[in-house]
Formats: sequence, structure tokens, C-alpha cells
Amino acid sequence: MSFNCKYSPIFGLVFGMSAFAQDYVVDQIDKSFVVDGAPVESIRVKQGESVSFRNGDPFFHNIFSLSDIQIFDLGSYPNGEARSVTFDEPGTVEVECAIHPDMYMTVEVE
Amino acid sequence: MKANFSAARCLVIPAVWILLQTFSTAASADRLDYVRPQILPPPPNNAITAERVELGKVLFFDPRLSGSNWISCATCHNPGIGWADGLPTGIGNGMESLARSTPTVLNTAYNKFQFWDGRARTLEEQALAPIVNAGEMHQDIGMLVEELAAIAGYVGLFEGAYPAEGINESTISRAIAAYERTLITTDAPFDLWVAGDEAAIDDAAKRGFELFEGKARCTACHQGFNFQDDGFHNIGLISKGPPDPGRYLVRPIAAVMGAFKTPTLRELARTAPYMHDGSYATLRAVLEHYNRGGDVLEGLSPEMRPLYLTADEIDDLLAFLDTLNSIDPLTETIPILPQ
Repeated sequence: MSFNCKYSPIFGLVFGMSAFAQDYVVDQIDKSFVVDGAPVESIRVKQGESVSFRNGDPFFHNIFSLSDIQIFDLGSYPNGEARSVTFDEPGTVEVECAIHPDMYMTVEVE
Repeated sequence: MKANFSAARCLVIPAVWILLQTFSTAASADRLDYVRPQILPPPPNNAITAERVELGKVLFFDPRLSGSNWISCATCHNPGIGWADGLPTGIGNGMESLARSTPTVLNTAYNKFQFWDGRARTLEEQALAPIVNAGEMHQDIGMLVEELAAIAGYVGLFEGAYPAEGINESTISRAIAAYERTLITTDAPFDLWVAGDEAAIDDAAKRGFELFEGKARCTACHQGFNFQDDGFHNIGLISKGPPDPGRYLVRPIAAVMGAFKTPTLRELARTAPYMHDGSYATLRAVLEHYNRGGDVLEGLSPEMRPLYLTADEIDDLLAFLDTLNSIDPLTETIPILPQ
């Protein structure tokens, strides 16, 4: 399932992690990536847009990517916390949870 | 319960599921999280058939799969010792000790990752690795194919299991995986209680279950029917030798340095010693480790913290864990090997 719905900007300060505007929110629920209540395998964003990864599970997650075009590690964070990343280069970015690696999605940066 | 190698074994709806239907109103919502899945996760391109399971069983018990012709899969995954070896860490080729303990193969069908570091996704992917590993069974796979092809009994078994595919890496690994997929724990007292039989476990175990889900925080990692989360955690064990990077070798992310896969909690009575390196001989020692919040703080999972459990609470947790042992454990008959 792929989503391309643009969310109303949600400001990172709401989640206490970033002062940058968040263009998209991806939740982690039941060890799945979820957008608007539905599991997703991929989302599409535009170059320069940000995605906030929000932990809705009662245990820690650690979102990261080791993709060729973008490497990031958001660290481990608990329920209710969100951390964001801005996607600067076009292409496919693979995103996983280091703790629960069956959690996998891609961000298609246009 | 004796294994009968029938593919139907994997499809039989367990008695506990039928009980669950009977007592469904009695089973509370949180208990439903622990109900046995009615079907196993589907194998990739390897439908379970009686012929494949039979071939896989024979291969599993055949020491000719090793370079020395002396070590079989069952040497370490011994059905008489909870399908493990009872040792702190495994012993491989040339009687050399390995760095990690031998995990049980029971319920590995439910795992989304195999090995302590999760480097294999499927049983098919996992099956050949110990065979060719120089420290473990130390076998050249090309030579193994030749050896098996020279044994008439195997030629027939492979043809029956994988018609016209021959004997090769793929058919060997798929047959072993098909067999391993049938090695499933049977109903434990806890399962009967989940299904609504209140007398199946005693009051101490019930208190232990509350602690398990609450104060003791076990469900941060040990979740669902198989009591694991397909996750990787550094739980702060003191290394007995050079620190083992664990999952970090597969995914070089700081959070999983020294992290290992959460093991199942089923059949604990038969799978001591515990932890990825066999650190603890008893479950009490394991619980005391968690009660301390781990010993090594560097890289420690943020899920780990002191629990302040009392001695009575640890006793209750032990009583609960004891209810996860099968009432009628899976046993096996050693096969006559093809000649």
C-alpha cells in the first residue's frame, strides 16, 4: 500500500523533538508503520520534505536508514515520542526499526 | 506427544483452540494475545508435505551432513534436551566451543528471524548455514551433494519430496526447513488457562502473570503466543570473552550493538542454561539479572531498568514461567538412516 496524502503541517515542537515543520507523520503501531490508521509499505514525499516517525507502541523503537542516498539513525525513543528526518535527495530510501527489523518501509523521494 | 511427520500435524487445530471456543466468554481480552495461532506462517515456496518432512527428519539426524560425518543437526538440537544441547555454548567441529548457546528449534517456525543475530529470515535460509560453517559442521556443500547422491535411499527420498528437482542446496535446505516447521510446542497449562480453565494454573502463577505484564515489564520483549517479539535487545550481560556485537554485525546501528534476538519462553524447564551465551544456569538467576536492571550499562536497552521485585514476586514469576512448559512435550523417534 502506498500513500501520497499530504498532511496538514504538524509542528515538531508538539512532539518535543524538532523545531522543523513536519510534512508527514508515520506512526509505529503494533510493530508496523502506519499512516492514518492503515499499515503502509511506502510513502511518497517531495525533495526537502520531512517525515515524523511517531512511536505509538508501549515499547521503544529505533528508526533508521542505511540507504545509499540517505543514512540516518533517529535513536531509540519511547511511546508518545516522535522524531523526524528531512529527505534531501531524490530516490528510494529504505526505512527500518533497528529493534524490530520486520518493520520495513520505503520513502520515495521525488 | 510423539512426532508423526505428517503434514497434517501442522494443520490440526489444537485442543486448546477448541477449549477457547468453549470458554471464550471466560477468557479475558489480555489473555487472547497469547492464543496459539491457528496456522503457521506460510513457508516460502516450500509447502509442507509428508514426504518433505520425512526427508527433512532423516537429514536432521544424519551425521553425514557434517565434514567429520560425526555431527548432525540433532547433535546440538537434541530432542531429549528441549531440542537444544544443555550447554552454555555449543560445541562444533573438532570439539571447539562456539561463542553462542544453541537455541531450541522448537517454535522457530514462528520466528521472523533465525539465529541469535537474526541474519537469516527463513528456516530455508538458516538450514544450510551451520552445515557449511567451519566452526560448526564444517561441510563442503558440493561434497555433501555428491555424498547424498551416492546413497540410493536418499535419491528416492529426494525424488519423492521434490520430484525432478534432484539433490542440491535448495532441496536439502527446504527439506530440513519443512521438518523444523513441524517442531512445535504442545499445549502447556498456561494455554489451558488462556482458554478459560481457571484451575489450569495456580494462584502463584496467576500473580506471576500479572507481574509479567506489569511490574516486571517482561512484555516489553516477550510478547504473544511464542513470548518473543522478533526483536533484538542488549540486556546488559557481562561478556565472558571478547564482547559479541550480536545484531550489530547484521545492522550496524548503535542501538543493537551487543543485542540479541528475544528467545521464546516456552519449554524453559528443558532448555537451560539461558541467555545467548548461556550465562545463567537457572531461571532464578535470570530473573535476578532483570531485577538488577542488567549488569553492563554500555549499550544497554532502554527497556532495562531495576524492577524492585521482592523475593515473593520472583517466586510468583517462576511459578508463571513453569506454566509455559508443555504438558505432553514433543518427542521424537530417531530414524533409520538411508544407506
